[in-house]
Amino acid sequence: MYVIVVGGGKVGYYLTKALLGAGQEVTLIEKLHRRFDLLQEEFGDAAFFGDGCEVRTLEQAGAARADLVAAVTGDDEDNLVICQMAKRKFNVKRVIARINNPKNEVTFQMLGIDETVSSTKLIYSLIEQEVEVADVIPLMALRKGHLELVEVALTAGSPVVNRKVRDLKLPQSCTLAILVRGDNSEVIHGETALRAGDIIVAITPSAQVQQFREVLLGKAVPTS
Amino acid sequence: MHVVILGCGRVGATLALMLEANDHSVAIVDRDREAFRRLGRNFKGETVLGIGIDEDVLRKAGIERAGGFAATTSGDNSNIMSAQIAKVKYKVPRVIARIYDPLRAEAYKELGIDTISPTLLGAGMCQDFILGRSYRSIGEYQALPEFLAHA
Repeated sequence: MYVIVVGGGKVGYYLTKALLGAGQEVTLIEKLHRRFDLLQEEFGDAAFFGDGCEVRTLEQAGAARADLVAAVTGDDEDNLVICQMAKRKFNVKRVIARINNPKNEVTFQMLGIDETVSSTKLIYSLIEQEVEVADVIPLMALRKGHLELVEVALTAGSPVVNRKVRDLKLPQSCTLAILVRGDNSEVIHGETALRAGDIIVAITPSAQVQQFREVLLGKAVPTS
Repeated sequence: MHVVILGCGRVGATLALMLEANDHSVAIVDRDREAFRRLGRNFKGETVLGIGIDEDVLRKAGIERAGGFAATTSGDNSNIMSAQIAKVKYKVPRVIARIYDPLRAEAYKELGIDTISPTLLGAGMCQDFILGRSYRSIGEYQALPEFLAHA
């Protein structure tokens, strides 16, 4: 497979290194002289000096026979132009654009570039998952940390709302203990019907917190 | 007509003042606040601080009701991207992008984006003046010469 990588910053550098290591044919295009000199020292002929946004540079780098062009510069507008040129001028089958502003993902799609990678979005979705796990609040660790006493507030979107406790498929060894509804509390039993706004105090094995959360609150939905 | 202009350099600012003199409403976008000084004191239109490839900025400048859009920043690719957003997403009827690189201008002309290349225009007019020829039409100046078309 012949891959052209445009942009010799950190992303382009490590991408090129990984691709070469995997035995692929790669050309890395970099437009800044000082940066190019470093890249050439490491990659030899695989480093190519020029502006990847220019038709001429892409042509000289062999875009016409490239299987894939990855535009990974730090500027979204440059990555868009590189991908559009590669796709429409050189008929490259597959183009991938790095984007910095997650909002540009939709714009790129609208302008014909379907494959985008946004590190901003990736990190954000990781944080978001983290935030969602936090709606199961740990109260206390039991049995040297193998069990946890946790608190969960049921939302209107929770899949267990209006269902009886005995109908729930809880992970093994999870026990719903106490229900707090308004100012009242009661011991939870099989016939207890759950409502939005209920606070449940439960005991769950530490390893099962994620599954426990999914049963009570649903799956964490990745942002689209 | 409402016109959104991207880039308050010499071209953008002059265009803004021209349109305003012809009773059009203008919003001009630049990422540098200092650039708006070029408009002088009498400019009544709107100045919007921000980058033109950010749709929030374009909406603030009134792209949704614009009848015209001109991208005149010094960055060819910013101009290309914002012009495409204006044309494809916001369906602005008259969209033009200034592109210095004649090859890129030619490529995007083929893709249906109206472009103006000051490089070809300026060089061509200078040549005609020096050789004592009469000036030609814009279209003739914008046509990519054969010797530039191939690497």
